Amino acid sequence: MNAILKFILLALPYFFMVLGVGIYMRVKPEIFGIPFFYWYQLVWIFLAAILTYSVYAIESHERRGSNVH
Amino acid sequence: MFTNLDLALFFIIIFIVLFIGYIAYFWRKPEDIHKHGEWSLGGRRFGTVVVWFLLGGDLYTAYTLIAVPGAAATPGIGGGAFAMFAITYGIMIYPIVYGTMPRLYNVSKKRGYITAADFVKDRFSSRLLALLIALTGVLAELPYIALQITGIKYVLASLSLPITLSLIIAFLLVAGFTFISGLRGPALTAIIKDAIIWTAVIVIIVYIPIRLHGFGNIFSKAAAISPNLLDISPTIDIGYVSLALGSALALFLYPHAVTGTLGSKDVRTIKRNAALLPLYNVLLMFVAIIGIMSVVYFNAYPKVSSEALPLLVLHVFPSAFTAFAFAAIVVGSIVPASIMALASANLLTRNLYLEYINPNASEKAQTNLSRVLVVVVIVAALAFSLVPAASGEIVYLQTIGGAIIMQTLPSVYLALFTRKLNKYPVGIGWLAGLATTMVLLLDLHFKTSLYKGFFFMYVGIIALLINLAIVGLGMLIMAAMHKIKDEGIIENTELINEE
Repeated sequence: MNAILKFILLALPYFFMVLGVGIYMRVKPEIFGIPFFYWYQLVWIFLAAILTYSVYAIESHERRGSNVH
Repeated sequence: MFTNLDLALFFIIIFIVLFIGYIAYFWRKPEDIHKHGEWSLGGRRFGTVVVWFLLGGDLYTAYTLIAVPGAAATPGIGGGAFAMFAITYGIMIYPIVYGTMPRLYNVSKKRGYITAADFVKDRFSSRLLALLIALTGVLAELPYIALQITGIKYVLASLSLPITLSLIIAFLLVAGFTFISGLRGPALTAIIKDAIIWTAVIVIIVYIPIRLHGFGNIFSKAAAISPNLLDISPTIDIGYVSLALGSALALFLYPHAVTGTLGSKDVRTIKRNAALLPLYNVLLMFVAIIGIMSVVYFNAYPKVSSEALPLLVLHVFPSAFTAFAFAAIVVGSIVPASIMALASANLLTRNLYLEYINPNASEKAQTNLSRVLVVVVIVAALAFSLVPAASGEIVYLQTIGGAIIMQTLPSVYLALFTRKLNKYPVGIGWLAGLATTMVLLLDLHFKTSLYKGFFFMYVGIIALLINLAIVGLGMLIMAAMHKIKDEGIIENTELINEE
């Protein structure tokens, strides 16, 4: 179960970056005059880091759990 | 114009960094520096912070400061917003790292591997396949090191320094500290290098948008110059995505990335960095946009696209800061060249010399040979970069290296997950992939790596698809003949992702 969840968390960026190129290949809507194409990717820099970190957090949690027993 | 004081500042900064590279020899000095793992991997003792700088530092280089903004300041559908592929690429690097590198690290630490080819040798029980993978690594590093060298030509030119002579002196000094300190050299200098680069870059990406009245103004002016600056053209979307994905797949197959990873002290260090290193991309993104800002500021594309960032800095900032920023660019190019050359030297020592020429070489002899080879590799890259062809849009130098190293993906990444792969399908796939890469790049005259005849797809990805198809087909044939078995001497239990 956790293995599948971890795989999905790690695979999500590829889904949104590769297959999602049709989503972000556009100028509008803009934020503060920054085209969508740019700020979508800025958001994903943080999202991808958060996703990878959550996998790390899940694993650390599992490890702590197994140390107790 | 630069005053003598500006020039002094420029040289002092570079001198300090080089000096630190030399004294890194004494950093966490082991009892026996002649052990190969000590010199080449810093004794596998680097923690999260050092690895962050070592990997971040050798991933974000002259490529970041010169090549990417240069691509953004190039007219046409392959320039402008297209340069953002570097960001898309950066986003896709780390989940792969998280999934693969801990496995490679665990088995390498247990069995004392120094290169990815060491792993290939035991996984497939084939020293020939290991040699081929090693030579592919060395070949792929050459254009990448050449990019570092070419990247600072523009800086040297605008400081009115003699280019060829300065390059030779700078890179021989780098070869010198790598010779003496091994991986400790680039690791320790990476920390100070990043401090200098971050300072310069933050000043640049904060001040220039203010000077140009904010991002709204920058992008509306850019729109008036060319719609390509805001968004990519649909004709090149496959080119964009394949280049980003291909670069991400390739990055940690590069020998220098493997060296940096194996220098870590434990798996946790690698995993933490996989989660933290993406934050570098924020910086990279704003630096890419500097290329756009340069076009907006001058209301024209630069004559030589790679001058986009240096030219803008030269025009906007006082000469003292420009000297500082230029020193940062030089430092950002010479430090990564050190680890790239070191990784290539390790491959030649371990997988060519030790395997085929002198299997009884002592650890001290291996270390000394690697030291000499560092100098050889740097001189070769210098020669390569002084060829006039290595100019223009230098971002493609890196994508050429990527297309080459990507053909080792089945033998390294896939082999981390299955023991069934046989050396013959993998070897033939590698050969077909590399041949495809070379034929297509020749057809493109090495000027770009997007193949127009096939949806502008990245040459590396086309070759990798052929490579993987052959591996798959070969394995199917072997399955039909009931020849599939566990290969090599590495047990699957050694290839865990955990600590």
